[in-house]
Amino acid sequence: MSDTKINITLRIWRQPKATSPGKLVTYPVNGVSTDMSFLEMLDMLNEELTVKGEEPVAFDHDCREGICGMCGVVINGTPHGRGSSPVPTTTCQLHMRNFKDGDVITVEPWRARPFPIIKDLVVDRSAFDKIIQAGGYISVNTGAAPEAHAAPVPKIKADRSFDAATCIGCGACVAACPNSSGMLFTAAKITHLGLLPQGQPERYLRVKKMIGEHDALGFGGCQNLGECAAACPKSIPLDVISQLNRDLIKSMFKRDGKK
Amino acid sequence: MAVTGLILIAFLLFHMYGNLKVFIGEEAFNHYAEWLKTDMLYPIFPKGGFIWCFRLVMLAALVLHMWSAITLWLRAKKANPDSYAVKKRLERTYSSSMMRWGGIILAGFLVFHLYQFTIAPRDPASPYNSVVTDFSQWYFVLFYALWLIAVCMHVRHGFWSAFATLGANTSEESHMVLNALAWIVALLIYIGFILPPVCILFGLIGA
Ligand code: HEM
Ligand code: SF4
Ligand code: FES
Repeated sequence: MSDTKINITLRIWRQPKATSPGKLVTYPVNGVSTDMSFLEMLDMLNEELTVKGEEPVAFDHDCREGICGMCGVVINGTPHGRGSSPVPTTTCQLHMRNFKDGDVITVEPWRARPFPIIKDLVVDRSAFDKIIQAGGYISVNTGAAPEAHAAPVPKIKADRSFDAATCIGCGACVAACPNSSGMLFTAAKITHLGLLPQGQPERYLRVKKMIGEHDALGFGGCQNLGECAAACPKSIPLDVISQLNRDLIKSMFKRDGKK
Repeated sequence: MAVTGLILIAFLLFHMYGNLKVFIGEEAFNHYAEWLKTDMLYPIFPKGGFIWCFRLVMLAALVLHMWSAITLWLRAKKANPDSYAVKKRLERTYSSSMMRWGGIILAGFLVFHLYQFTIAPRDPASPYNSVVTDFSQWYFVLFYALWLIAVCMHVRHGFWSAFATLGANTSEESHMVLNALAWIVALLIYIGFILPPVCILFGLIGA
């Protein structure tokens, strides 16, 4: 691929700390290779800022290969910056070839009360950990792997469970939702654990505890709008939310669904 | 939200079907209206008794529906106080983004509608006359035609969303099926409700 260079203008949310007010600050970045990832482009900006003696832009990242869920900023109004492209992506896997010379790119943090801003583009997503702690686990002893045929799992359920398990907990679903609902994330975990034999003993209690924690943390309610699934880098489908609701309704009629 | 919404949609379909009696003629329509008000489920209920149960259930559904909508709205406001400088809509439809303001419009107009035909009808002796007189005016027909757009947009997203909340959206295919059904119900409601007023306006009924 030819090494194309573009000049862009970034409008980035700068906020020194959680309690201080923030604002969008404009930075021109010249000579950006279109082979760079979005985060590499931000690295480039930060190098320039550091040389000038300015505070670099804080943003979260870790694996940079789309599997850890650490990265995530809202780019031109879409979480992770998918924009109108049909390809779902994490911010770290978004490349500058998706932009044109002269583009003005607005970069903002996830905005939701349960995800408070720590600094610039970094938000605190420990609310998701609390939802997991409320019930996103199975209480069986780990140990040597059991005989694989001992617990048969229908392929259709295994596939659905595994698809739901690809959720990396990035929080883009919350960032995309006009209600700031964490239903897609919570429902992905419910579907992942609830369809496998190991998840059965706690299935109906789990859904109550997790949704209870979700609501208590101040996430909004679901209107089935579909913005979450459209922003999700792992294409977690909207129907996991129906799965959660089905389990929740069933839990009202199950003895093992009582708290 | 889902259950009360579906009750309201079921009522709309029933109400629409009933209104179509206006095509059969004055006697049939008035007789039907009279039956609704006095004879429905008689003699299990006393004369004129069941309509009040019916109204009570509709009112309860409506109040609970609005109460859940307001709760949802307040939760969203609390969860999402700072808006984005730039926000792009990827998936949500226009009707889904109008659920709240659209719902307010529906409720406001409902009061007018009840006033027009139930509380202070043109001809208390003949619902048929009341309907024909009012819908001979083009502005009433236009008004209802516009209002029905709001109703049907609300129903289109509401129908799909209610079934998703009740757990029926199990796959990509069921998403498509539910959405198709939602469109069919919304269009049915539009056509079924607007047909009598339009036919009255063009003199096909009543003249
Ligand atoms: C989607 C639109 C509509 C809604 C939501 C709606 C709703 C209602 C409601 C809630 C009532 C009161 C029932 C009661 O408590 O007695 C009512 C009464 C009535 N509606 Fe509608 N309506 C709609 C459209 C129409 C149209 C287009 C017509 C014209 C054919 C119509 C004709 C009537 C009449 C004549 C009554 C009075 C019945 C009586 O005298 O008891 N409605 N409507
Ligand atoms: S459901 Fe998708 S968008 Fe939400 S946290 Fe999981 S991977 Fe991220
Ligand atoms: S940095 Fe790990 S998913 Fe983007």
